[in-house]
Amino acid sequence: MEQTMKISSSPHIRDKETTTNIMGQVIVFLMPATIFGVYNFGVRALVTVLITVISCVIFEAGFQKLLGLKVTVKDLSAALTGLLLALNLPPEVPFWLPVLGSFFAIVVVKQLFGGLGQNFMNPALGARCFLLISFTGHMTAFTYDAVTTATPLADLKAGESVDVMSMFLGTTAGTIGETSALALLIGGMFLLVRKIINYRIPVFYIGSFAILILIYSLASGRGLDFSFLMAHLFGGGLMLGAFFMATDYVTSPITPNGKVVFGILLGLLTFLFRIFGGSAEGVSYAIIISNLLVPLIERVTVPKAFGKEAKK
Amino acid sequence: MGLLTFSGGIHPYDGKDLSKDKEIRDYLPKGDCVYPVAQHIGAPAVPVVKKGDHVLVGQKIAEAGGFVSANIHSGISGIVKAIEPRMTVNGTKVNSIVIENDGLFEEIDFTQNIKPLEQMYREDVKDVIKEAGIVGMGGAGFPTHVKLSPKKEETIDTIIVNGAECEPYLTSDYRRMLEVPEKIVTGLQIVINLFDHVKGIIAIEDNKPKAIKVLTDLTKNIDNITVNAVKTKYPQGAERQLIFANTGRKIHSGMLPADAGCIVHNIDTIVAIYNAVIEGRPLYERIVTVTGDAVKDTANFRVRLGTNARELIDAVGGFNIEDPGKIISGGPMMGKAMFTLDVPVVKGSSALLCFKEDIVSEVEPSNCIRCGRCVEVCPGQVMPNKLATLASQGRIDEFLKYEGMECCECGCCSFVCPAKRHLTQTIAGTRKQILADRKK
Repeated sequence: MEQTMKISSSPHIRDKETTTNIMGQVIVFLMPATIFGVYNFGVRALVTVLITVISCVIFEAGFQKLLGLKVTVKDLSAALTGLLLALNLPPEVPFWLPVLGSFFAIVVVKQLFGGLGQNFMNPALGARCFLLISFTGHMTAFTYDAVTTATPLADLKAGESVDVMSMFLGTTAGTIGETSALALLIGGMFLLVRKIINYRIPVFYIGSFAILILIYSLASGRGLDFSFLMAHLFGGGLMLGAFFMATDYVTSPITPNGKVVFGILLGLLTFLFRIFGGSAEGVSYAIIISNLLVPLIERVTVPKAFGKEAKK
Repeated sequence: MGLLTFSGGIHPYDGKDLSKDKEIRDYLPKGDCVYPVAQHIGAPAVPVVKKGDHVLVGQKIAEAGGFVSANIHSGISGIVKAIEPRMTVNGTKVNSIVIENDGLFEEIDFTQNIKPLEQMYREDVKDVIKEAGIVGMGGAGFPTHVKLSPKKEETIDTIIVNGAECEPYLTSDYRRMLEVPEKIVTGLQIVINLFDHVKGIIAIEDNKPKAIKVLTDLTKNIDNITVNAVKTKYPQGAERQLIFANTGRKIHSGMLPADAGCIVHNIDTIVAIYNAVIEGRPLYERIVTVTGDAVKDTANFRVRLGTNARELIDAVGGFNIEDPGKIISGGPMMGKAMFTLDVPVVKGSSALLCFKEDIVSEVEPSNCIRCGRCVEVCPGQVMPNKLATLASQGRIDEFLKYEGMECCECGCCSFVCPAKRHLTQTIAGTRKQILADRKK
């Protein structure tokens, strides 16, 4: 045999999309919300974002080096986790807090369970909830224009009136990246158009939540109160959660019907936590609890193989 | 009537511009021709010539080794040099008849095989098709006379001619449709007339408007033939997807098209039926597309079976680089990578695709990020990520429970995977193992 050539099993071509490319695009589509956050809260917010992103990358690289694993920070997943965690932090947190949060997200939630693709809950939200429980004071101290204030959702829960338009634009108190529904919707639209996420989770999450809020609005004697509905949709972390956190590939169902079930479950839990819970916000807890149910949801939503219903 | 599409599928770069405007030209082999006795599904054929015999073009050199088997005919004239194991495109050596080419291409008298169609009974037509050694020429190579003899003939109501040609880079069926559409229509009518109440559908992907127009014009006065423009999407030409797109009927892997009242034929198979029944010519040639970015020129050749693949590369001027990254027999999605060019063209060889670079060896698989792209594109509607995991862990029972056998190995999941995991390969390996175990 004079000349032999490379062989491999088919197919012999591959799509250009890579893991790094996908993570990079999500980071880019989070930029409207990030930039607005910096505009809204000032340079300190930018520093917090940078600290969180950098410490997530360092923890991932350090952990992998320590264990002699292949260092995979180039896939940008740690950077994305860092960005998401930062966007979920209040703008005035002390700088050690995001570092601790990054450690929890990357080492405890992600790497200890096997790294990318193996974590059982969203690392950024896992870290946020860890910080929220451990350092409630820091994590619930919201300031706006140098004045300590309540978030619009807290005002709403206390029965005060809120300005829906400023909630839509984002000129309110809140975490760094959650306040502007507009900026998040712009990024979310790109995620959908570029087919990075499927429509099912955000649509069924926001849809089921909105329906429950309207039912509650009717049942609690407010009538069909659309401004109450809008305040709930644009307030808190719903938009950030629905488009960027609940759609995390690793911790959401892979099956089409599973995404529907997952979305509705999120809507129900968010509704219960916000309306009947002790805190004004419930998106983070709704998502991490639903994350835990993903294996069960997938098990009951395995798609029917093509032609299996046919009878011979 | 179906939806003219199916769920799942992908849109890879189709590369057809490289060769779609190249008219079919004859390529006559210069060197020896090699005929493996197993180039179809079923029992190997049995040689009926011996070393030293002189054979002519169209002469039967091997006879079907059973009902599910096919005759083999010589594409050249010359002397039988040897009957010995030779390398095939699968990478295995198969007993082959080697014929030394005398360069004269002397033919047997084909007119002796011709009988006026109106004087032939259905069984006569099937016999001609069987005698001509025709098999499915899309690649699978299932003997055509077996396909045309389903258990319950009365349940067949649709003959689908597969003109989808959904594999990227391939243009042989396209050229056939443009150049000999009347043979396709007549060939289809021959098949239709083998049954009582059957309609014919010629299904063509809508990225081939010229072919659709030619065949639509030609069939506009024929009541029982329609031309369907199906959506351009890989794997539109996969049998189960094609049947669904055209009739709305679904079959699973354990069923035959006949269970949905359908018989599906490749374009080149239909032309072979025409050649056999009308012109008396057995199957001794086929169209092979030579294409890719590593060859100096591209071509659609009418090639004698048995021709050495290297001759076809030389016929387009050779490679334009010293060391092409990969050469594939067939299309890039389901074709077979060749480790040597020293193999013959067989009944199922649709193309020689030559790439400068082998992108598969350049990518490195990383962790599954569970993005779900494989599930979305899977035309079999199974979960490739799950199946690949179960397959690599040897969890056969669960692999079966998650419908691993419904995979048609189309390659869509491997194509889209952003983590570049070799999903199709992993699943296909386990499927093969399970099928082999079942045969034991």
